Amino acid sequence: MTITEFVVSRLNYWIYVILMMIGLFAMISKKNLIKKLIGMSIFQTAIILFYVSMGVKEESNIPILEHNIAHASDHAEASDHGQVEEIRAENYANPLPHVLMLTAIVVGVATLGVGLAVVQKIHQEFGTIEEPEILAKIKSGHG
Amino acid sequence: MKTLGAIAVIITGALLLYASEDFPAWGDPHSPASQYRVSQHYILKTFEETSVPNMVTAILADYRGYDTLFETVVIFTAGIAIIAILRGPIDKRVRLRLASEKKLRESNLILAQTCRLLVPIIQLFALYVIAHGHHSPGGGFQGGVIFGGSLILLAISFQLQTALDRVSEKKAILLAGVGVLIYSGIGLVCLLLGGNFLDYSILHNLLQVDPITARSHGILGVEIGVAFTVASIMFAIYANLSSRGRMKGGL
Amino acid sequence: MVDQYPAIILLAPFFAAIAVSLFGSWKNGLCLPMAIIALGISLAASIALLGQVAAEGEIVYLLGGWSRPFGIEFRIDPLNAMLLVVVTTVALLTAVYSTQAAVLETPNKYPQFYTLFLLLVTGLLGMSLTGDAFNLYVLVEVASLTSYALIAMHSKRAVLASFNYIIMGTIGASFYLLGVGYLYIKTGSLNMVDIREILQETGLYGSKTIMVAFMLIMVGVWIKMAFFPLHGWLPNAYSYAPSSTSCILAPLMTKVTVYVMIRMMLTVFGPEYVFQYLGWSNVVVWMAVLAIVAGSIMALAQTDLKKMFSYIIVAEVGYMVGGVWLANETAFIGAFYHVISDAFMTLCLFLAAGAIITKTGKRSISEMEGLFRKMPWTMVGFVIAALSMIGIPPTCGFFSKWYLINGAIEAGHWGYVVALLFSSLINAILFFKVFEVAYFSKPSHGQEKDENQPESAGTDGVGEPPATMLAPLLITASGLLLIGIFNQDIVILIRQAVSSFGFIGFLN
Repeated sequence: MTITEFVVSRLNYWIYVILMMIGLFAMISKKNLIKKLIGMSIFQTAIILFYVSMGVKEESNIPILEHNIAHASDHAEASDHGQVEEIRAENYANPLPHVLMLTAIVVGVATLGVGLAVVQKIHQEFGTIEEPEILAKIKSGHG
Repeated sequence: MKTLGAIAVIITGALLLYASEDFPAWGDPHSPASQYRVSQHYILKTFEETSVPNMVTAILADYRGYDTLFETVVIFTAGIAIIAILRGPIDKRVRLRLASEKKLRESNLILAQTCRLLVPIIQLFALYVIAHGHHSPGGGFQGGVIFGGSLILLAISFQLQTALDRVSEKKAILLAGVGVLIYSGIGLVCLLLGGNFLDYSILHNLLQVDPITARSHGILGVEIGVAFTVASIMFAIYANLSSRGRMKGGL
Repeated sequence: MVDQYPAIILLAPFFAAIAVSLFGSWKNGLCLPMAIIALGISLAASIALLGQVAAEGEIVYLLGGWSRPFGIEFRIDPLNAMLLVVVTTVALLTAVYSTQAAVLETPNKYPQFYTLFLLLVTGLLGMSLTGDAFNLYVLVEVASLTSYALIAMHSKRAVLASFNYIIMGTIGASFYLLGVGYLYIKTGSLNMVDIREILQETGLYGSKTIMVAFMLIMVGVWIKMAFFPLHGWLPNAYSYAPSSTSCILAPLMTKVTVYVMIRMMLTVFGPEYVFQYLGWSNVVVWMAVLAIVAGSIMALAQTDLKKMFSYIIVAEVGYMVGGVWLANETAFIGAFYHVISDAFMTLCLFLAAGAIITKTGKRSISEMEGLFRKMPWTMVGFVIAALSMIGIPPTCGFFSKWYLINGAIEAGHWGYVVALLFSSLINAILFFKVFEVAYFSKPSHGQEKDENQPESAGTDGVGEPPATMLAPLLITASGLLLIGIFNQDIVILIRQAVSSFGFIGFLN
């Protein structure tokens, strides 16, 4: 596999890894607490992207049965064509990653909410959200 | 710190990409995840076993219903946590200042009228999304967020107090608790009737339907519980964060 | 009802949490009794479950009645059955302790405190029960979110510590989630046992993805358990938290995460993959040696009592990780025995510290003069915990170290043996330093009065803490002796679980 092939055929993974790196870097290295939380959000979004791209199946539909397929057995005799459409696994996208990501999104929102509340509290207590300034305040005895 | 962070990040990224060489190609229908019996079973048997055409809803609320229960708990926890963190003794000065601010913001006529028109439609749509989660994309989380959004819209376009007059913070937390209670209560009823926790099929005696339809009804029940929690906690989070936990003034 | 024990253990604190949030603000007095009753039920059910597991072997509980691998299941073997008893016992003792402490430290947030407390216990119980890799992530987040909030409810410094914990904790959990995704993309399953079977049957051992998944999951749980050098968030978070919060977090969070690591290594990847195929044992044990030495030395540098204990935890995490990765039965028994005994040792230390700090209002070791005279019973509990930490028989600390050292000798890993002995020595120095101040030096009254404004009762009025603080401390202290005396019964149970994993000396 050549490099270009590796990049092109796995573009979705490249994008998620790059997003993840941006997020992780912001979480580790930024001094501003809100920027850290933004990094956290990007990181979590990158993971969601990874999972969702895992559930993709070419030439498949959303994992919801259409009415005529779902109730095929009820209509089989009544319909003139007499054609019963079967449920075929390759026609539907893998539903599991979507379910998992619904959970992960909710967890992400909850963590972000708590994180923002903690930053507000820090701002109330220290009057700043820059990490070095807070540490300086603690050192000088205001903490 | 910056170089150290950069090195750690680059190593992680390189490792992740190194592993992705082993991955199936994008959208490959023969990837292990799509071929394994779990995914196949969900696609082929969900309707047969739960009579819900939307597989995502069925997996979310039934096959992996225990996950979703705790997902609801995570949201609920976040609401309680934010109140616990931000609530402090209210400063007297702040209260005085807020009182003088009270009349500061007059609502814009166009804004107010548009909002008045929109809010009921949004709420109606939210209810539709919750109730129609069996047949189309939707469900408790999506509908709940939309419903919570309507309350937040009210708070943004008028004042926080306007929204709080409809749903006070205390009521929001109470509703969130009720939501979690509906979900876990349905699970508990299953347990008391002799099945395992969250085994909705055991409800068929109670509901006078066959076990498979009972699963479908159970799913609807828990989705309603989820919607209660999500809607009220979304609003509670907004109200707390926008007013720094004082529930006054707002943005 | 018998086959519903696993659900009852989890649901008792869970429903109590909802009840507290619904009725707590209406009547504050209801919170504590509800919490204690629920935890009592949970404890009784977990003891019954332990008996059942010991008699019948592994128990599987299918949630929603869906069979593996379509639904989520609880898997209970002797290991996590014991862990459940530990978690519920520690939670119950802490709940009793919090009777006075919660009133003092989080006065106007009473119902919120107990809701979060009970949800934290639910999360920890769920983490030890579950047999599903993704479900574990959700429960880790329940436990983490509650602990962020419980820590941030307190002082100024605690809020900042909580923020760092949020950032580090989220990185850890996200790594874990990514690792599970990597496993899923190759295996298509989320059930732990199912994943191991697929890995074995389809010959995925050579896959890069599986290797990276293993690394991601390990780094994720190491961050969560504060394994050196990923421990940065722990000392401040635990030492500035309100005392009832640190009493439940410090003993349980790291230990349950160590159990998660064991579960991931042995149930999901399997010992053949981890120890035989990858063969990284040596590296990780050396990292553990580093953790033990570094944790001990940093503990030596502390002047604050709770901070010193926090660094001891960092060293103890090294013990357990090292013991598991030594990859033989004796060391594993030592490691898991240490999980149990360390939970109670840490609880005992933090209960004692909480009592001392509440009564005297002082956190620094040098200010502990004359405590043996002022609060003798508290100090009895403290001394037993300290002896156990040092490793003096018949306390349980001695036996866990005994097995760990024997296991290390079996594996021929002398570095670990030396580190363990070194850390015991440091612990001895640390605690005798405290004893010396508390027993021998007399408070110099003249200076004392000048420096400290006596707040309510004054320094001379310091006596024993109330019974609700003292009783849990003394029960825990006697528990340390009992766990030590009955070590054989615990070891038999652990051996029963270990035999099913079947690893014998992979390192050699």
